[in-house]
Amino acid sequence: MEESRTETLMLNVGPHHPSTHGVLRVIVELDGERVVDLKPDLGFLHRGVEKLAESKTYHQFIPVTDRLDYMAASYNNFAYCLAVEKLLGLEVPRRAQYIRVLIGELNRIFSHLFWLGTHAHDLGAMTPIFYALREREEIMNLLEMCCGGRLTQTYFRIGGVAADLPEGFVEKVRQFTSHFPKRVEEYETLLTDNPIWKERAVGVGVLSKQEAIAMGASGPMARGSGLALDVRKTNPYSSYEDFDFEIPVFQEGDVYSRYLVRMEEMRQSTRIIDQVLDHLPDGPYLAEAPKLVPPPKERTLTEIEALIHHFILYEEGFKPPVGEVYACVESPRGEMGYYLISDGSPKPFRLKIRPPAFVNLESLATMTRGRLLADLIAILSSVDIVLAEIDR
Amino acid sequence: MGVKGEGQGSVILTQLEWLVNWGRKSSMWPLGFGLACCALEMIATAGGSRFDIARFGMEVFRPSPRQADLMIVAGTVSKKMLPAVLRLYEQMADPKWVIAMGACASTGGVFDTYAVVQGIDRYLPVDVYIPGCPPRPEALLHGILRLHDMVQKGIARGASLRG
Amino acid sequence: MSEEPKAVEKLQEKFPEAVKEVGEFRGQSWVVVPREDLLKVCEFLRDDPDLNFDFLSFVCGVDYFPREPRFEVVYQLYSTKTHSRFRLKTRVSSQDATVPSVTSIWPTADWHERETFDLMGINFQGHPDLRRILLPADWVGHPLRKDYPLRGPESIS
Repeated sequence: MEESRTETLMLNVGPHHPSTHGVLRVIVELDGERVVDLKPDLGFLHRGVEKLAESKTYHQFIPVTDRLDYMAASYNNFAYCLAVEKLLGLEVPRRAQYIRVLIGELNRIFSHLFWLGTHAHDLGAMTPIFYALREREEIMNLLEMCCGGRLTQTYFRIGGVAADLPEGFVEKVRQFTSHFPKRVEEYETLLTDNPIWKERAVGVGVLSKQEAIAMGASGPMARGSGLALDVRKTNPYSSYEDFDFEIPVFQEGDVYSRYLVRMEEMRQSTRIIDQVLDHLPDGPYLAEAPKLVPPPKERTLTEIEALIHHFILYEEGFKPPVGEVYACVESPRGEMGYYLISDGSPKPFRLKIRPPAFVNLESLATMTRGRLLADLIAILSSVDIVLAEIDR
Repeated sequence: MGVKGEGQGSVILTQLEWLVNWGRKSSMWPLGFGLACCALEMIATAGGSRFDIARFGMEVFRPSPRQADLMIVAGTVSKKMLPAVLRLYEQMADPKWVIAMGACASTGGVFDTYAVVQGIDRYLPVDVYIPGCPPRPEALLHGILRLHDMVQKGIARGASLRG
Repeated sequence: MSEEPKAVEKLQEKFPEAVKEVGEFRGQSWVVVPREDLLKVCEFLRDDPDLNFDFLSFVCGVDYFPREPRFEVVYQLYSTKTHSRFRLKTRVSSQDATVPSVTSIWPTADWHERETFDLMGINFQGHPDLRRILLPADWVGHPLRKDYPLRGPESIS
């Protein structure tokens, strides 16, 4: 009689799969229900963004950055503009810095809300996505009021922001922040102590502190693993040192602690927004640098110098000094960095983007080996991936 | 059925076609299929109570192409993703329709690079194009209603790759 | 962003022959080392208790075509203890575009090096699984090279 033997099963998840949050393919090796090994296959949304940057002027590239991490579009503008400003040595007015923080934190809540909805949905809880999308629409209305766009806002400019905050905007944001913490409580009543939720999340997908450092994890992934890393605190940018907020850190490193980190971050972001509104300084929203920053439209209609600067900036762009900089921000997913090399021409010589989700996803195999297949879905969505940013 | 033959047989046929088209447009099931940024606006259209696609009998986004008859190409199609998109389309049962949502699906958008398909209409018969980067949910709804209209009038019959 | 001039001095002191070039721009400093010394410099940067660069932000390639040596490989480092950042670079020629892999020092380098191989065509010796990561496996060419056209070599129908 033939000897009985066991074989592992290769299972292909994606690139079209509801739980991959986009076009990710994961090749899973299964022994029964257990994951022996897995290999993510990326690049289904590779759009050649880094190459594209080399053919655009510094101003022209801003809208493309929005489309990288579209869950928090303005945060890409933020990182890119900081890199270019550092390259130029350009000082951003305080009001613009505060407005950037405001828009950035709104984007963080916005991104975490969508994450919460889809994450809960992946784990079988239907209700949170409707609640989360409800609040998300409120933020979209705010962003639309301010930037004209719902999802891809392109509000930031090199040297500041595109326009001043519209009339009535501050009051609208205050309305939102006054009721939003209660809404976070509401989500928590649905999930935090829910035994089914805990069964799916506690102790699943553990990433230890050492592993998190070695794998370069950042953002909520690192903070869920006991690493108190947050660029806003460790290397403050755009006046973040002015604000009083805490970075939540949990030690367990599992899906549940990543969930707790993000829930707390939404509250902290609300705190930061309130402080921005309390202390919003007066002054210009765009730096005064005619050779680098386009003049306001009204001035181009009345002054010949402004018109010339306008034409030159839009036709040719500006020529930054030869050099290279790395600027990074704390995006909702972690350390998002732009490494920019200039050869003195109006177009970037090389632009390298450090996408946090790309690096965080690298730990997927480490977290999933030995777990059940159903846990793979929980772990994958707890990473909070955005494929456009991963594949670029 | 409520369809009455009045006079000639040809009239009955026309009426039946109207009825069938009405049925097709009123129960159009989209494939739950997102590629990039546009997919988020598609989810906002479908999942959020603000826009609520259920008003048009379309809330059943199917995860399987076998149960879907509308493909909303929402986002950038890369050359690596193209074979998967085509296979999903072929797996859908006839009649089937395609909406190209957003600039990328329509023309490649801002991504005129080596890696991106410059418009899905090079490979699939597109019925409705929706401009925008990304289009607002209202624009998506408008595009869907245009398609409904075309199906009702018999203009969009649901083309197939096999001709 | 706090930078680390101490790292440059320490490297110059520890590896006087290896530190070929030191650069500084807007308060960010970097050091260029030959690829033969890359691994021991990396190990020192990670293990030295004062520097403690235990976190690798990214690895990327830069193409200076037609200059030779054509390629530069950049390692952006970060310390989770001192929160300072530092850049390390090495240069390779187009005939021999190979650098030793740093995956043994920072495991996160795995995907970064695969990406650099995929888009820039630089080989990483000792990498556990050097394959294309973003582009399809049968893709020809390396798009981020300067002699690769933006729309690809042949126009598609």
